[in-house]
Amino acid sequence: MLVIKDLHAKIDDKEILRGINLEVKPGEVHAIMGPNGSGKSTLSSVLAGNEKFEVVEGEVSFNDKDLLDLAPEDRAREGLFLSFQYPVEIPGVSMVNFMRTAVNEHRKYAEKDPYTASEFLKLMREKKKLVEIDSNLTNRSVNEGFSGGEKKKNEIFQMAMLEPKLAILDETDSGLDIDALRVVANGVNKLKSPETSTIVITHYQRLLDHIVPDFVHVLYKGRIVKSAGKELAHELEEKGYDWIKKEFED
Amino acid sequence: MNKTCRIVNLQEEYSQLYKENLSLLENGAPEKMNASRAKAFDLFVEKGIPSNKVEEYKYTNLQPFFKGSFDIALSSDAALEGAAENFNCGVPELDTHNVFLINGWFANQDDCNQLPKGVVVGSIREKAEQYPEVFEKYYNENTPNNLDAMAAMNTAFAQDGAFIYVPKGVVVEKPIQLVNIMSGDNDRLVFQRNLIVVEENAQVKVMLCDHTISPQKFVINNLTEVFVKENSVFDIYNVQNQHNLTTQVSGMYVHQKKHSNILTNNLTLHSGVTRNNIRVTMDDEHCESHVYGLYLSDKNQHVDNFTFIDHAKPNCQSFELFKGVMDDSASGAFTGRVLVRPDAQQTNAYQSNNNLLLTDNAKINSKPQLEIYADDVKCSHGATVGQLDDEAMFYLRARGINQTEGRILLMFAFAYEVIEKIRVEPLKENIRSLVEKRFRGEFDKCDSCVVCGQQGSSVSCL
Repeated sequence: MLVIKDLHAKIDDKEILRGINLEVKPGEVHAIMGPNGSGKSTLSSVLAGNEKFEVVEGEVSFNDKDLLDLAPEDRAREGLFLSFQYPVEIPGVSMVNFMRTAVNEHRKYAEKDPYTASEFLKLMREKKKLVEIDSNLTNRSVNEGFSGGEKKKNEIFQMAMLEPKLAILDETDSGLDIDALRVVANGVNKLKSPETSTIVITHYQRLLDHIVPDFVHVLYKGRIVKSAGKELAHELEEKGYDWIKKEFED
Repeated sequence: MNKTCRIVNLQEEYSQLYKENLSLLENGAPEKMNASRAKAFDLFVEKGIPSNKVEEYKYTNLQPFFKGSFDIALSSDAALEGAAENFNCGVPELDTHNVFLINGWFANQDDCNQLPKGVVVGSIREKAEQYPEVFEKYYNENTPNNLDAMAAMNTAFAQDGAFIYVPKGVVVEKPIQLVNIMSGDNDRLVFQRNLIVVEENAQVKVMLCDHTISPQKFVINNLTEVFVKENSVFDIYNVQNQHNLTTQVSGMYVHQKKHSNILTNNLTLHSGVTRNNIRVTMDDEHCESHVYGLYLSDKNQHVDNFTFIDHAKPNCQSFELFKGVMDDSASGAFTGRVLVRPDAQQTNAYQSNNNLLLTDNAKINSKPQLEIYADDVKCSHGATVGQLDDEAMFYLRARGINQTEGRILLMFAFAYEVIEKIRVEPLKENIRSLVEKRFRGEFDKCDSCVVCGQQGSSVSCL
């Protein structure tokens, strides 16, 4: 599904990603962990197409397409979804209008007819129930005045609406209390299927108790320095990152 | 008759125009209208058409626009000539009482029997004869001829316009819509003078819809005087939708008495050069005023909103919000003067002007101007100039929304706050879709107006 080969990216002449290699197959859950500043969020931004970052080397293929060649909106339409670490507030754009535009753009890309207003509202009702999002949130402007937890739930709701093939959750657990974390994790698990994949970027192991990864990678100084099964997450939780840093420096 | 005048040196020819045609200007006009002319004319001649050397017109030099060869209608027949069949009286969706004015002159209106008893709507020159006590009491009593040359010019030259009178205690449910149509075979100079009086405990909502239906150059000086008495509620929405060869100087002078509540909203959706002079005088305690505006400009369009809120008495509140979206090489200006006079304690005055510049060539000058002479007041003001938010744009794109669509969503989100202030629900809906169309580039003056149903003609797409 996703193949990253020797990916290098920089911002303002500072190289943040320094040769990432990663392969994600359908149905797999990958966790990417690592200390602050290791490049985790940069990787997700680069994959989603944020133009603030410049890719200087490497290739990324997504379902056999050259991902780096696609505009951000086309990456989304191809089935890539980024759950933002800091979802943006957009006053004046209603959630309904935002989602209807997004869903219908996806359908247009897939050469399907746009949803009618009633079809769309029905879909929205179903998905809201699925991810346990408060009804009122969708009557408001996009993320405006939402609490941290509400913003993250809203990301998962959007994911449910857009049904991506690959979801990248960028520190979706940061700042979440245990109930919100459960709601978010349940949502992600319900949306999982053998055809879809998930990349969970996190600092802590707690989320991985709920969303169980097949692989855990440690990102450090712009490279994946260690990959293993889910037990690695526990080890990191216990011992911190210092031993990895040490191992890597040596 | 239509008189053709060639204006090269401004004052000289305008003086000549006035002097040579005084008898025609006066012909059939109400006595007080004529009696006010001479003094206003002197004031106009003294000051002249404002250039950018006049502080209040620093960002809008009107002089070049008031030069040229124009027709001016000195009688109703001349104003309506040939245009009578060109306009459409069908109004979709909006249930309003419609009044049509062509080139500044009253043309016709819906059946007045539909209006509540005692409400008077019609041509100002006609109604002045029928209701002299109202006309004499109010006409030209709230127009700052001595301060603004364009107001003085209007008082000197205007011959017709709309008259609205709402008697004590009457609530007019249906909005009254004044459809202003500019039409003609030659370039035109147009004057229009409206007078609106809302008596004690009465309510009325007025829509002013400005259109051009022929491709000629139009130079318009219109002025609306409004008197809002004790405990009454008054709304006026001015939808400006004209082609790029239009220059409009529009005066709106509102005078408020105790416990009254007014709202003005200038929606400049399309025009060439627009200057709105908006003045609200809160001449009694416990008045509330809402002064709003939205301007969407592109190409070389220019919009200048000049507002003056006069807190003359204590315990009044004013809320002012103007927002603008400027594309291409559009330019604009906003001046928000708020005067809190020495004894106007307990004043609450809020003002905000926000602008979105879409290109490097678009330009806005924003000038809040608070003069506070009382010591127990709450006043705030804010002016912002910004671009579309890159982060918000990326967020939209990351959800599969393309840049064009994202831009429209974000522009609409920006404008939305002003649209939300509209207190006539169906009008709000219509403006919402009109603004969206404008941002999509699907809207131009060729469309029939969704507000008043006025048909455009393809030739007017300039």
